[in-house]
Amino acid sequence: MSAEIEYTNLSGIAGPLIFVDGIRGVGYGDIVEIRDASGELRTGQTLEVDEQRAVVQVYEGTSGLSVKGTRVTFVGRALEIPVDRDMLGRVYDGLGRPIDGAPQVITDRMMNVNGLPINPWSREYPRDFIQTGISAIDGMNTLIRGQKLPIFSGSGMPHNRIAAQIARQARILTAEEEFTVIFAAMGVKFDVARFFIDSLEESGVLTHSAIFLSLADSPSIERLVTPRTALTLAEYLAFEEGMHVLVILTDMTNYCEALRELSSSRGEIPSRKGYPGYLYSDLASVYERAGRLKGGKGSITQVPILTMPSDDISHPVPDLTGYITEGQIVLERALFNKGIYPPIAGLPSLSRLMKDGIGEGRTRKDHGQVAAQLFASYAKVKRIRALAAIVGEEELSDLDKVYLKFGTAFEEIFLRQDYEENRSIEQTLDIGWRMLSLLPRDELYRIAREDIQKYYMPEAASA
Amino acid sequence: MEKLLTGKVISVNGPIVKSVGLSGIRMYDIAEVGPDRLIGEVIRLAEEIAIIQVYEDNTGLKPGDEVISYGRPLSVLLGPGLIASIYDGIQRPLVGISEACGSYIRKGIKLSPLNAKAKWNFKPLVSSGAKVGEGALVGEVQESPLVLHRLLVPPGVSGTLTRIAPAGSYTIEEPIYLIDTDAGAYEGKLAAYWPVRRPRPSKTRKKPFIPLVTGQRVIDTFFPIARGGTAAIPGGFGTGKTMTQHALAKWCNADIIVYIGCGERGNEMTDVLTDFPKLIDERNGRPLIERTVMIANTSNMPVPAREVSIYTGVTIAEYYRDMGYSVAVMADSTSRWAEALRELASRLGDMPAEEGFPPYLATRLAEFYERAGLVETLSGKDGDITIIGAVSPPGGDFSEPVTQHTSRFVRCFWALDKTLADARHYPSISWIDSYTEYLSDIEDWWKNLDPQWLTTRNEVMNILLEDHRLEQVVKLVGSDALPPAEQYILFCAESVKNAFLQQNSFDPQDKFCSPEKQLRILASLLLLYKKGLEQVRAGVSVKEIAALEEASRLVRLKSEISNQDIGKIDEYMNRLEQKLASLSAPSKGA
Repeated sequence: MSAEIEYTNLSGIAGPLIFVDGIRGVGYGDIVEIRDASGELRTGQTLEVDEQRAVVQVYEGTSGLSVKGTRVTFVGRALEIPVDRDMLGRVYDGLGRPIDGAPQVITDRMMNVNGLPINPWSREYPRDFIQTGISAIDGMNTLIRGQKLPIFSGSGMPHNRIAAQIARQARILTAEEEFTVIFAAMGVKFDVARFFIDSLEESGVLTHSAIFLSLADSPSIERLVTPRTALTLAEYLAFEEGMHVLVILTDMTNYCEALRELSSSRGEIPSRKGYPGYLYSDLASVYERAGRLKGGKGSITQVPILTMPSDDISHPVPDLTGYITEGQIVLERALFNKGIYPPIAGLPSLSRLMKDGIGEGRTRKDHGQVAAQLFASYAKVKRIRALAAIVGEEELSDLDKVYLKFGTAFEEIFLRQDYEENRSIEQTLDIGWRMLSLLPRDELYRIAREDIQKYYMPEAASA
Repeated sequence: MEKLLTGKVISVNGPIVKSVGLSGIRMYDIAEVGPDRLIGEVIRLAEEIAIIQVYEDNTGLKPGDEVISYGRPLSVLLGPGLIASIYDGIQRPLVGISEACGSYIRKGIKLSPLNAKAKWNFKPLVSSGAKVGEGALVGEVQESPLVLHRLLVPPGVSGTLTRIAPAGSYTIEEPIYLIDTDAGAYEGKLAAYWPVRRPRPSKTRKKPFIPLVTGQRVIDTFFPIARGGTAAIPGGFGTGKTMTQHALAKWCNADIIVYIGCGERGNEMTDVLTDFPKLIDERNGRPLIERTVMIANTSNMPVPAREVSIYTGVTIAEYYRDMGYSVAVMADSTSRWAEALRELASRLGDMPAEEGFPPYLATRLAEFYERAGLVETLSGKDGDITIIGAVSPPGGDFSEPVTQHTSRFVRCFWALDKTLADARHYPSISWIDSYTEYLSDIEDWWKNLDPQWLTTRNEVMNILLEDHRLEQVVKLVGSDALPPAEQYILFCAESVKNAFLQQNSFDPQDKFCSPEKQLRILASLLLLYKKGLEQVRAGVSVKEIAALEEASRLVRLKSEISNQDIGKIDEYMNRLEQKLASLSAPSKGA
């Protein structure tokens, strides 16, 4: 085929892009093999083709490439990786090549890393409660099997510990099925990756995990493929092998920066903060690869992690992520500074799928109303604290003072827990009721009267 | 009429494909590209080059590949069978796609939007020999238990009816009637194509005057929208845009709902798909799906199809409007549509205006919202389209271009508030930043229920505005520093928020609140405010009133009393009035 012709010499190199002239029969999105003068092989993909010229992004970066002497072959198909059950328990680079010294898994099943959009009709609405053992998540921002729930963090905050704790403790109440963990690291440091690998090893899940590493010293363009490679394996395991897969992607901010770098090398018109106008659609093509399928057994649950530059939740990366994902777990600097782990912010955190995964027969009947009441009461605490900062605590009304007491207890007893502490949902809700019982009965206007009758225990709370 | 044009691809940049050789092709004609015959639309012509936006994933497309066109504009197929269907942005049936190729959407798949094999029971309503004009009623088909599908003579066709099929079952492809027109014979079927980008004509436009009753108190009472009106729901992520859209789609009293999921989450569409067949409409006891058409072009589906999805949706809405129905269009979210426009404009090399959006953003938004309205249709009946568009401003900042331009073209603005959403106060529609221009248009309708409606509404609104003003003071000095009368206003405002504004769309009693029940709760609140304030002025403390069992009961009226039992609210009001009157101030002279 004409696609197998080898072209020598480039017409230009800019950032991660190379330009090849005089081509024929090259397809949009085709994979490109590039050999530099020393014969070293790199992989790329066409971004734009016309009758003479192709624009190619090089995943390994262009460092060391020369206009003269570089040989280019257009392979004529999109990027594919091998997929197999045997790929678990191994470590790969961003393009899915083993880097743990052992040979490539032998399989004839290859899958396109870009995947295909799931037909909304074929989706099964996620409803199964995942118990993470973390009260702030289970009680107020419940994770559901098949959900995409990111952690919005800031530099220095313990997002990795929280993700590792979720990976270790996550389980389904109704079934004794274990999660397969797929971990993809984009542009993070080696020690972060090491922490995850060690943590997975300690909890004994490493043997059924797959790890994709594109660390900070790898070319930035490789980060654009890494989550797609990881999700391709996840889709195979979930939808063809019927497994429940938990995918942790860290750090999506680095991914977006690589995309910005590529966009700017192409001379595209930037939108906010220099990010390309299609950042939303591009992120969606990653995040939407989660969920469950009708008639299928498996599921993909995504926990992407991103750091918000200067803790700014309106930065394009967290902002657009929040518009795509089904909620967000936000870490709060003020709680972190108080030494509270996990510092999960009470108010801006949200799980959109919570409403259908909790309640009678799933967790407990009062769960939804307890969560709503905790949110409403804690919001009031925030308002009273702002007031107290101005008028002083002494000047507050008696009721306001009760609320302040509730606020402190909520943070110190409900939110705070140990990295090794695994609370059942019953425990979480009982602690929630202990907190609410600090408030007068009439303040619990989000809760049905019969539940107040059953669980409200002011004596126990003050004890 | 149909001439096959062929050309070839000369360049590919994402979904934007340049081609040469399609001489004579017109703007917005369909072109099929490459060996997979991917569907595209001509969006620009420059000398012999035609620029095509491709509605499907086009990886692998090469310069030199063939392009063909039949010279037809991008159209939707309109006929019985639309109801309860779910389509992608270019009206391909998602159920059919899943049957044909499994859980993923593969490219190049072509399926008829309507089931060509289904038989419909047709009943003729005119006899041959009749003179019929455009929009004339020819016959009818019971499309769903809720929707009587009226077969009308299409716009632009008139003449003498020379043949009409007798009552019986027909498919959408069988000839139903024949009209002898000046331009020759026209053969009518149950279904017909209409170009998506061309609004369907009507006789005259009218001023809207009936409210779209949504059952959502904050909307119906404070910021109502008229049938045939336009509204925007702007809000940052997590403020409940989709929840609000879902609540409106479920409970508003339109005859037909067109729900457009434009660049949003896949699971949300699945939620609608699993919920609507199960939810029963109180008014007629039928599942909500029987009045709903869905368009789902989720965020991971091709971007150009997202751009066209809102036109596909509104064209379907116009089709039902022409039958004399009241149609509500939910577009979630118009920001994703605007972003699709931006992405395509950028690939075309258009000069950007604000934030990279093309300069024609405002024009396109205006054109879209202008397709709403109450009209006298060609058939002489009234029909209307209400458009409710969600807007997703980046960072929740309403000064960005899409929110700003949209607010110029809509007459109802339901601003969602992050602070309310954080406190899980839903719907989180801000009573300070929202507005509506329909109050005076629909006042007469409400006056039939309660002559005092507007006064009551404004009085309660004033409590909220006063509360907002006092909150600024409270932030500085605390509420205890206020005089008792002002503290009482704060207390009443809190009651209005919890007893009236806040609404639980999953609570069986509270999810839909009838206008009558809204009026009763509103009256109770006003009673608490007026009678209570008299007592506070007479020296009764705010705490005493707040401690009344009746005062805290107010919050539970919405969830404990059903729409049918509103007499109980009157009983409650009597008790409240007595209790308030029974309070007495500590006597000063003694």
